[in-house]
Amino acid sequence: MSTQNPATGPLDKGPVEQQEHIDPVNPAAAHDAIPAVDPRLLVREEGLAGYVGEFKRKMKAGDLGSLPVVIGLIVIWSIFQGLNSNFLSPENLTNIAITMTGTGMIAIGIIFVLLLGEIDLSVGSVSGVSGAIVAVLAVTHGVNEWLAILAAIVGGALIGSIHGFFFAKIGAPAFAVTLSGLLFWLGAMLQILGSNGTINIDSDGVVGQLTTYFFSDVAVAYGLAALAVAGYFLASFLDARRREAAGMPSRPLVEVLLRTGLLALCTFGPAVLFNQYKGLPLAVVLFLLALVVTDFLLRRTTFGRNVFALGGSVEASRRAGINVTRIRITVFAISSTFAAIGGLFWASKIAAANQSAGAGDLLMNVIAAAVIGGTSLFGGRGRTWNALLGVMVIVSIQYGLALEGIATPIQYMITGAVLLTTVVIDSVSRKTQKTAGRA
Amino acid sequence: MVHVSAAPVLALRGVSKRFGAVQALTDVELEIHSGEVVALVGDNGAGKSTLVKTIAGVHPIDEGVIEWEGRPVAIGKPHDAQNLGIATVYQDLALCDNIDVVGNLFLGRELKSFGILDEVEMERRARELLTTLSIRIPSVRIPIASLSGGQRQTVAIARSMLGEPQLVILDEPTAALGVEQTAQVLDLVERLRERGHAVILISHNMADVKAVADKVAVLRLGRNNGVFNVADTSQEEIISAITGATDNAVTRRAARTSEAGK
Repeated sequence: MSTQNPATGPLDKGPVEQQEHIDPVNPAAAHDAIPAVDPRLLVREEGLAGYVGEFKRKMKAGDLGSLPVVIGLIVIWSIFQGLNSNFLSPENLTNIAITMTGTGMIAIGIIFVLLLGEIDLSVGSVSGVSGAIVAVLAVTHGVNEWLAILAAIVGGALIGSIHGFFFAKIGAPAFAVTLSGLLFWLGAMLQILGSNGTINIDSDGVVGQLTTYFFSDVAVAYGLAALAVAGYFLASFLDARRREAAGMPSRPLVEVLLRTGLLALCTFGPAVLFNQYKGLPLAVVLFLLALVVTDFLLRRTTFGRNVFALGGSVEASRRAGINVTRIRITVFAISSTFAAIGGLFWASKIAAANQSAGAGDLLMNVIAAAVIGGTSLFGGRGRTWNALLGVMVIVSIQYGLALEGIATPIQYMITGAVLLTTVVIDSVSRKTQKTAGRA
Repeated sequence: MVHVSAAPVLALRGVSKRFGAVQALTDVELEIHSGEVVALVGDNGAGKSTLVKTIAGVHPIDEGVIEWEGRPVAIGKPHDAQNLGIATVYQDLALCDNIDVVGNLFLGRELKSFGILDEVEMERRARELLTTLSIRIPSVRIPIASLSGGQRQTVAIARSMLGEPQLVILDEPTAALGVEQTAQVLDLVERLRERGHAVILISHNMADVKAVADKVAVLRLGRNNGVFNVADTSQEEIISAITGATDNAVTRRAARTSEAGK
């Protein structure tokens, strides 16, 4: 049934007579006979005027997108640069970028869960378990390091599937299931680490190099930046061509070029910066790769569409024939898998698996990063790129305050205030969206 | 005006349904031909929703026969009904607020090329479908949350049309709508009839029923209580069939107000 052409069918049955059809009982039917453009339709003007017009309309309607975060980031960077001219140095920014990757990887996973309108509190503990598995297997038992990494990641996926099973199949609230997970996997990590508590990781090994390897050849950073820009341009250009061929509104070439230019600025800028210090860090490449892949998964595949649908309305998804249980379990598995990957980055960063891994403020930072980046806590709205922006804000604050010698208590308070500001902006913009009918 | 084919698209013969101690439907008969709008009316608890759910495969029937184009069929689950060509648009709309119109139209049956969502093709077909049904919405790329109640209802109905159903069941499509939005939905119902679809319309609103339906099937306490031709039946006759007596709350009220007017 689904293989046939569903939409062309109704056309065949003669679209002609409906135009003259005016029902005496329903005067409103006569409305259809007038082919005039409905003033309520959103028609975008061509060219720059249309672009500015749409921007204004979106701002008025409270559709702020990533704008508050970007502005916030600029403000934060300006303040810290004003306080200490070393803040925007290539060395400091490279360190910020590498520190971002651990929290960022975990945030990618939790964004999947947040899109469902659920929460995963276990990600911190799961990341600790992952680090412990690798350390115990590779260091204590001398297993091949690649195998140990594979075991940690598969372990993460299994843990997530267990959470998903209790949430989706049994129907327990995700909050309670993952809170149990937080405690259980914390205990499991301590058990795995055993009595000595800390296992140092070979800093020249695969995990060790994860956050310490740099592509010192300047060509790598520039080459990857060029590849990204060219790929984006080609994809946008071909898409515009296809839409044009299908007779649908498409992005004009000027806009495609402008967007590509903006992307070039955002890729070559950091590339120049990294190359002034030690080169492009491997951790950053892996993080960006994860962002591109997950963004593609969410926006261009049926699975991603189903995740958004579940975040919008579970009942509607079920009626549309979506396998709700399967999607939910998969999402929790993805969340824990990325928590495990993030755990490897953290283990690499401190060159050890220890008892405090995955504890403390990690979980809060992960959730804060996702939310600051623009992911809605109510489900159905967000992108994995939010993880990048959010974690950039959090780590920038940490490093900026550390440069000033300001102690951890103040860091927590400032990060808390930033998170509150973001949530307030989000709530206010949502209210505006409601009044503008675009919630 | 209405072309009525020989064999009904759907016929229910002596259908009964029981939930535990409650006999929800008893020996219900119903026939719908293609190009025909049949209004299903009845008071609350008369069995309208149960009847629709048995046709849609949500509740399988206990006794009786469902005939599809003249031959008996078994409808055990929603999928069976969909495969036959029955589409149901429920009262609480089955749309996702956060997804745009195109995404909602194709939810659960996305078009793909090489495993990737084919957004261009989906948007093209969505525009085509909406134009065909003369549905006006601000843009096919805005979230459903931005649409008015009537626009949402028309999108929900349009979505049921994607599978090319022969029978469309609309459960109170105008229940929460304003005057103009109701008119839009009723227009759409008439367009479905013109295209040769059979339509079952559940409604409490006699004005809507009189406006678009060809026949009115009345249910009362889970049993048939008459099938009327809309053209030659008065509203009072239908109401008395619904309530089961010529002396009912509506007629008494009418009498009271006419006395008061004297």
